[in-house]
Amino acid sequence: MSLHIENTELLRFTTAGSVDDGKSTLIGRLLYDSKSIFEDQYEQIATTSSKRGEEGVNLALLTDGLKAEREQGITIDVAYRYFATPKRKFIIADTPGHIQYTRNMVTGASTANVALILIDARHGVVEQTRRHCFIASLLQIPHLIVCINKMDLVDFKEEAYNKIKEDFQTFSHRLDVKDIDFIPMSALLGDNVVEESTNMDWYGGSTLLYSLENVHIGSDNNFIDCRFPVQTVIRPYSDEYHDYRGYAGRIAGGVWKKGDKVTVLPSGFSSTIAKIDSFDGELEEAYPPMSVTLLLEDDIDISRGDMIVRDNNQADVGQDVEVMLCWFNEKPLQPGGTYAIMHTTKEARCKIKEVRYRLDINSLSRDEENKDIKMNDIGRVLLRTTAPLFTDPYRKNRITGSVILINEQTNETVAAGMVI
Amino acid sequence: MSSTYQLNHLRELESESIFVLREVAAQFENPVLLFSGGKDSILMVHLAVKAFHPAKIPFTLLHVDTGHNFQEALDYRDALVERIGAKLVVGSVQEAIDSGMVREETGFNATRNYLQTAVLLKSLEDGKYDAALGGGRRDEEKARAKERFFSHRDEFGQWDPKNQRPELWNLFNGRKLYGEHFRIFPISNWTELDVWQYLAMEKVELPSLYFAHEREVIHRDGMLLATEGGLIPVREEEKVETLKVRCRTIGDITTTGVWRSEASTLEDIIAEVSMARQTERGGRADDKRSETAMEDRKKAGYF
Repeated sequence: MSLHIENTELLRFTTAGSVDDGKSTLIGRLLYDSKSIFEDQYEQIATTSSKRGEEGVNLALLTDGLKAEREQGITIDVAYRYFATPKRKFIIADTPGHIQYTRNMVTGASTANVALILIDARHGVVEQTRRHCFIASLLQIPHLIVCINKMDLVDFKEEAYNKIKEDFQTFSHRLDVKDIDFIPMSALLGDNVVEESTNMDWYGGSTLLYSLENVHIGSDNNFIDCRFPVQTVIRPYSDEYHDYRGYAGRIAGGVWKKGDKVTVLPSGFSSTIAKIDSFDGELEEAYPPMSVTLLLEDDIDISRGDMIVRDNNQADVGQDVEVMLCWFNEKPLQPGGTYAIMHTTKEARCKIKEVRYRLDINSLSRDEENKDIKMNDIGRVLLRTTAPLFTDPYRKNRITGSVILINEQTNETVAAGMVI
Repeated sequence: MSSTYQLNHLRELESESIFVLREVAAQFENPVLLFSGGKDSILMVHLAVKAFHPAKIPFTLLHVDTGHNFQEALDYRDALVERIGAKLVVGSVQEAIDSGMVREETGFNATRNYLQTAVLLKSLEDGKYDAALGGGRRDEEKARAKERFFSHRDEFGQWDPKNQRPELWNLFNGRKLYGEHFRIFPISNWTELDVWQYLAMEKVELPSLYFAHEREVIHRDGMLLATEGGLIPVREEEKVETLKVRCRTIGDITTTGVWRSEASTLEDIIAEVSMARQTERGGRADDKRSETAMEDRKKAGYF
């Protein structure tokens, strides 16, 4: 047991489904069958199940959160769950499927490698399914696993599965998702979640856990375009490190080496990497998502919010930024209004210069007549910022291609944007 | 792309936590790191040292001291503070009781846990701290599962679970009004096993309490409680025994259960934790008061 951690990777996934698709049961089943449930947790839900007069132990209760939620039988907010197998450690962003679904799903999706889309086999592809998939593609989640659940309620029939798969594909080919997988399952009975189903011999594919353990996530980060947003400058002011000036940050793209020729944005000054430093000593190479400290050969004025890039591969520098914006706040977007904006480690202000269109996420069509962006709406918007941002298209880099907007009076995060 | 450019899960968690710690240093004027002497706060200090190396950590350490400590934990704390050259501030629950600011519970199950909240809020106010870094993890408890990295608190220190700021990518919104502050949880995504594996990998020195040792204990409510220092009144029917035990969490003696264990090295502990059938908070009397004990305390300003 001791320390065979060298090859354990971290995989983050999000779950999306409509109310009653069995999402909580599925997560409960994953946790329970992968032996990630502790006795005291199990006893607690067993007691609650019998108090409520339920037959057997309701695994969905494992994901039950706050008192307010239990009283109303709903989920309020994104909850994070953890489990691990010898191959991978998993972080689940469990997002509620009802009200505020866009806000919550976008939040969960922003860091996910994989999205699980739940479909009730009796109902097939519904409006919610299309919305969830659209959000997954908008947020560029690299892998989708479509979980066709409650197969026990359609007698485990292959036709039901095939019909849903075909329906799904007729709209998913219009979306920008690279990798889609389909798995028929029954979360309630455990078929094809962790254990292979004995009721669906016609299905030749893998179980959900096997897929999660084996989906290739090695290229989910951008290893091509070198981007280093500076978080803070490290100056020890001690005798031993008298002239030390290190730029601390988390690598947002590319593979970095000592001796690389770099340019600093926005100043445009060039230098060379003298050292990639860390507490554990000098590093040969650094790549996403490592947190490191860069030292340059020349003494340049660099501060938080600046970005270090390669000479021959720079980010887009500009004050006009076009984004797909998801609106989170009860107070609608104010055309012409001013907001604070955060992009990587840079903070500025921005004006809503123009709403190009509002997206109808049911029909995936553009509405250029009614362009009011209200809570949970998505629209294409042109922003003008007070200072230049150093961006990449979101499709190319999820870190340098994303922004949030903040209401300057209330300080609430009101929107998330993806650079086009 | 070659799979050599893939961090293992511990290095990825480390990198995420360091990023959050650096954001705190950059976005706040006067942040403080809550230090209890437990393994999670030891991990936090270790990560902070790594994040700002070779400079000193830019955080004051704050220990909310219930006065019911294991002596080893205090010794460890003082040695650590000395070694990293940090500033330590102690918020004393005993002083708060003596001055009449809070009233102590009485009875067999009396604890100072609830008093900690008032002392914490007072200490934050006194020090004018605008961010308090805590070692809370989302896997600990269901109310924690919904906690943000940057958790906004109003001027009363309250948490409003229905009205949290959405947290996307690695963009952390630390803006606040005057008088408000943030609780920050850089190790949100770590599990108990991750913490132990990482501490072993990094060869971090820990208080001896975490390793199996002989100690006088009593059985109460399915837990083992240490009787050291006479802080726990022993009922007539309860028998004091000497057992080989260790702590899975370290906090106030009166609420920190100990566990029977033979684990004498970090490797043993990792093996034990990966086989464990009870959550570590299963040994916390403070969580056992009601099903929503943690949620209620957090809303009132607990960390």
